[in-house]
Amino acid sequence: MTMSACPACDAAPYAQEIAGRKSADGDIILSLPGIHCAGCIGTVERSLKATKGVQDARVNLSRKRVTITAKGMQADPLIDVLAQAGYEAHALDAPMLSTVDADAKGRMLLIRLGVAGFAMMNVMLFSVAVWSGAALATQQMFHWLSALIAVPALFFSAQVFFQNAWVALRVGRLNMDVPISLAIILAAGLSVYETSIGGEAVYFDAALSLTFFLLIGRYLDHRTRIAARSAAQELSALASPNALRLNGDIHETVPLTELQVGDLIRVLVGMRVPVDGEITNGTSDTDRSFLTGESLPVRVQQGSVIAAGEVNLTGPFTLKVSQVGEDTTLARMARLVENAEGARNKYTALADRAAQIYAPAVHLLALITFLGWLFLSSDVGLALNIAISVLIITCPCALGLAVPAVMTTATGRLFRRGLLVKNGTALERLAEVDAVVFDKTGTLTEGHAKINTDAMDAVSLSVLAALARASHHPVSRAIAAALPASILPAELTDVTEHSGKGIAAKWKGQTIRLGRDDWVGATSSPAIRIGDTLAVPLTFSETLRDGAADAVKRLQERGIPVYIFSGDTEDAVAGLARKLGVMQARARMQPNDKLNEIKAMSDTGAKVLMIGDGLNDTAALAQAYASISPASALDASRAASDIVLLGRSLAEIPNAIATAKSARKRVIENFSIAAGYNFIAVPVAILGYASPLAAAIAMSASSITVLLNALRVR
Amino acid sequence: MNVLIILVPVSLILACLGLAGFLWTLRHRQYEDLDGDAWRILVEDDHIDKDD
Repeated sequence: MTMSACPACDAAPYAQEIAGRKSADGDIILSLPGIHCAGCIGTVERSLKATKGVQDARVNLSRKRVTITAKGMQADPLIDVLAQAGYEAHALDAPMLSTVDADAKGRMLLIRLGVAGFAMMNVMLFSVAVWSGAALATQQMFHWLSALIAVPALFFSAQVFFQNAWVALRVGRLNMDVPISLAIILAAGLSVYETSIGGEAVYFDAALSLTFFLLIGRYLDHRTRIAARSAAQELSALASPNALRLNGDIHETVPLTELQVGDLIRVLVGMRVPVDGEITNGTSDTDRSFLTGESLPVRVQQGSVIAAGEVNLTGPFTLKVSQVGEDTTLARMARLVENAEGARNKYTALADRAAQIYAPAVHLLALITFLGWLFLSSDVGLALNIAISVLIITCPCALGLAVPAVMTTATGRLFRRGLLVKNGTALERLAEVDAVVFDKTGTLTEGHAKINTDAMDAVSLSVLAALARASHHPVSRAIAAALPASILPAELTDVTEHSGKGIAAKWKGQTIRLGRDDWVGATSSPAIRIGDTLAVPLTFSETLRDGAADAVKRLQERGIPVYIFSGDTEDAVAGLARKLGVMQARARMQPNDKLNEIKAMSDTGAKVLMIGDGLNDTAALAQAYASISPASALDASRAASDIVLLGRSLAEIPNAIATAKSARKRVIENFSIAAGYNFIAVPVAILGYASPLAAAIAMSASSITVLLNALRVR
Repeated sequence: MNVLIILVPVSLILACLGLAGFLWTLRHRQYEDLDGDAWRILVEDDHIDKDD
């Protein structure tokens, strides 16, 4: 972690980039989970190219995304264009979507792989001739030709391993690349020496096939790693860098760092509140979904306490600063997330754990062989020769492929089902999960609530629709959005907005009102009243996300306990929990509560999978053993989670766990296969019977077995 | 055995051509969208720009 004491300072350059969600060269990249055929490619590209301002659009079907060249355009209008064409699109963070094939490192690995493959095939050709009986001058010539191809090819292709090994050795540690580099260098060196004295033990083909297969593993491994951005930085980027300070009657824009506790600042409509404080003047509605997960705006007035990060929706107000800098709610949350992320980075991948045991063991074995033969035969040359052959045979060729091959198959399979795995170790952790925690709003339910239309007749519904659409107040807009689109709005006259109360209008001579309970005369807000009839309070109900019930049921059938942690009210949470058959549901949880509860569960040994979307889930997502967020989630939450659910349905989550378990099983099988080959080949090598032919066959056969086994992931 | 003097260089040159071809396809980003490129053959009215 290279974060300084002030996360906002690090995040400042990111803020711009996050706002536009653009790639380095200014292209907009959108994820299209639903595309699958030539027709889709055509429709998406045509509808985008027909949009004003779009210069070019190119669909990538394998990665289910479209790259759009549109100077000065934002992603949102383009998402609308695609929605009208019938395709669901999400703007995801550009680094997360960056074309892995196009990046320089991946391309370089492929070039090295190509060169190694070319050299391997040619050298094998010569080796086959030698094995099948070429002798004397011909054998000698073939060996020299092999050397001519193999040495430069190895020098170029195996550099990746040499560099990594050198980095590890310099700080006095061993990694998998140390035995690999040693085996390649020793095999090539010994072979050149043998060739120069006209000997038989020439290992060029083994050294090249080793490099070739290991490069495959390295490339696959590279592809499963997606550049991850720190969720803490995403959170900090939400803080506005400036504030509007009131100095007497003068408004001055000052950087956040200059604000002091007790200062008065003005927060205009649409601004994100920069610091914590208390309202001294003005009324408004704020969006505090990041704290509570509640999607409806909250009414605020003089005396209300406001947290940094809330968005002012309807009216300007003056705020007396109570917390600045590191003490604001947002900064505290960013710190929580940062700590949680740091803890997760300590997870050691299976392959690394295997390497920690394997690398020293291999070196020790070669050393013992050398000393043993030296003691028995007193011939340094012979002892060295056999020790090197042990190193070549034990070289972790299959081991280097065991994990990346399986992970590539598994992540590819999950991607086709709409799950984007962001992290190489995510599947390993997902396989061990034994408890699942869901957030409610936006995760188990669709983000937007629907209005209960049962209590109203068609006429009042059409009046309501007309009223709600006439107003720009956030609550009205929420109501308008929550009504079925099929309702035709009634004809209204004299529409007047009453600030802080609601909206009134005339309809067929009757006065109608939509607004707060005390103003309309109802028992709860918001409510509608038509003429002198009884006021009807509007109740929102949330629609379950596709597959939510199915996912919960299947998780429970597998004996995995399911929890709901929500920031919403008891009633709303209990209703949903009953509907889904979840026993443990907790309501009114602050972001801290979610984090602490997950920490407490982890302390008792549970491995928790957290699934959430809001800013209030971010810390919990980072803290949990594994985490998933829907594509509709906020940037910070997506950054904090291991897997992003690109499709709408939650039903894939139990499948993802099953795939992760299957992948883990395959990884362990692959380790056993690799160990099995060694178990047979090592005694042969130690006894001095290993021929170059045996080494090449053992190496290729074990690598291919491991690759084939990886394809069995379900 | 004299035939080797011709055959060995021939096999090496052919392999070099293969390698050069692979590097060329790599440089022209032909591995970026394998599924999409297969489907694109069927898209009729699409004037795919050839300049990249």
